[in-house]
Amino acid sequence: MSADTALKQTPLHAEHIRLGAKMVDFGGWSMPVQYTGIIDEHHAVRGNLGVFDISHMGQFFAEGEGAAAWLNRLLTNNVDRLAVGECQYTFLLNEDGGVIDDLILYRIADARYLLVVNASKIDEDFAWMDAHREAGVSLENQSVRYAGFAVQGPKSAQLFDAFFSGQYSRPARNEILAVEIDGLTYFIARTGYTGEDGFEVFCPAERAVKSWTDILRKGAEFSIKPCGLGARDTLRLEMCYPLNGSDLAADTTPLEAGLGIFVDLQKPEFIGRAKLTEQKRSGVKRRLVPFRMTGPCPPPRSHYAIFKGDQKIAETSSGSLSPTLKTGIGMAYIPTEFARINEQIEIEIRGKRFPAIIEKKPLHRSAPSVN
Amino acid sequence: MNVPDDLHYAPTHEWLRLDGSSGTVGITDHAQAELTDVVYVELPKVGAEANAGQQICVVESVKAASDIYAPVSGTVVAVNDALTANPALLNTDPFGEGWIFKIKVEAGEDIEHLKTPAQYREQLGAADPGGEV
Repeated sequence: MSADTALKQTPLHAEHIRLGAKMVDFGGWSMPVQYTGIIDEHHAVRGNLGVFDISHMGQFFAEGEGAAAWLNRLLTNNVDRLAVGECQYTFLLNEDGGVIDDLILYRIADARYLLVVNASKIDEDFAWMDAHREAGVSLENQSVRYAGFAVQGPKSAQLFDAFFSGQYSRPARNEILAVEIDGLTYFIARTGYTGEDGFEVFCPAERAVKSWTDILRKGAEFSIKPCGLGARDTLRLEMCYPLNGSDLAADTTPLEAGLGIFVDLQKPEFIGRAKLTEQKRSGVKRRLVPFRMTGPCPPPRSHYAIFKGDQKIAETSSGSLSPTLKTGIGMAYIPTEFARINEQIEIEIRGKRFPAIIEKKPLHRSAPSVN
Repeated sequence: MNVPDDLHYAPTHEWLRLDGSSGTVGITDHAQAELTDVVYVELPKVGAEANAGQQICVVESVKAASDIYAPVSGTVVAVNDALTANPALLNTDPFGEGWIFKIKVEAGEDIEHLKTPAQYREQLGAADPGGEV
């Protein structure tokens, strides 16, 4: 429909159309939800290799002598633990300890950091960080200048080697490599959102089409498939990785989300610290836990009511069919008294309740990857 | 898109194969392509009555639940139980093995409101590709 024209497009938009992708509105972006099918693409990533366009995500660069100290006051994880070339998952919180965004912070030089943030939060994150900027630190939003791809799957390392023919050694898990290609800088990180081995590549937007087509061509011998946001969602949900806006929000904290290991309360100060310290002392009242449907039923989706006996105790924050487990799965903030492994709950789907069980994270575990 | 010539079509993308006073109902090739991988079909109950255009069952893909509407008024006389174990039949054979239910058409019901294959093809042709999901 005509609203389509108002949507933002990534540099790969024409490639997606050419590949027959079904495009949808994802937070104001026209993005491929699938090419051949969500289940197909999901299995491609679990079994071989898939490539996702993640150009909609945001790239900020923070630089300056005071950058590390400043980021440490804005983000929950401990920036001082990052050596050059390493990255960490971290949170940007509001004063109440609620999540503005979850992001990955890469240390790309001594006093230079790359932040990769969620597409729908680029403006909000930047405004928040800019408002808290300190002297001696520069912050640039270069989101439109960068395209991004996530190459994910057990054959990712083989593709890397085929691609660079030994010219570069693979970054290890949670490491980032900067490479110069035709005088332009590409960042290649060993990170992802699928639970499989893989790389996230950020390159100048004008190189997006060439890089994407090169990856698909070189990846052909590893049965690579272009994959859409549909598979990205089912893959991340099997791993219980949260999606901001669904599983994380301004009124949920990382401790409630069970992601306290990415919060360093030993740091002297960061925005949200006081609230989280208090929450840690008094104990959280609800926890984000994964569940699995135990019988045949329609796939659970977000905002379905959850019951314990006759009492409505929560709503699902995410839900889907799991292509790997072949059953409905999801996540929800459950009152702590019920947020235990093996607890039986019921999910209400169109007026009928179906049994589910609370499980341990992750719901799926992939084979360990090579280095 | 496959639009068989011997069927009647609802604007909501259901097809009806009439055989005297009973009809078989399913979703069109276009509908299954739009839905993508069908993973669950909530069949109507045998004996359920519906008016033309009334929501009668639900088909779910990985991404979304979609209502299916009765193309004509009548009573459900049979349902395709094979879809419970194999909902993907809706994708692989929407006009055959993927039929959803059979309906006994209400006496006096006409099908003037349904589209001919030519009219339905026209509807699909007019649709903005990339619009409806």
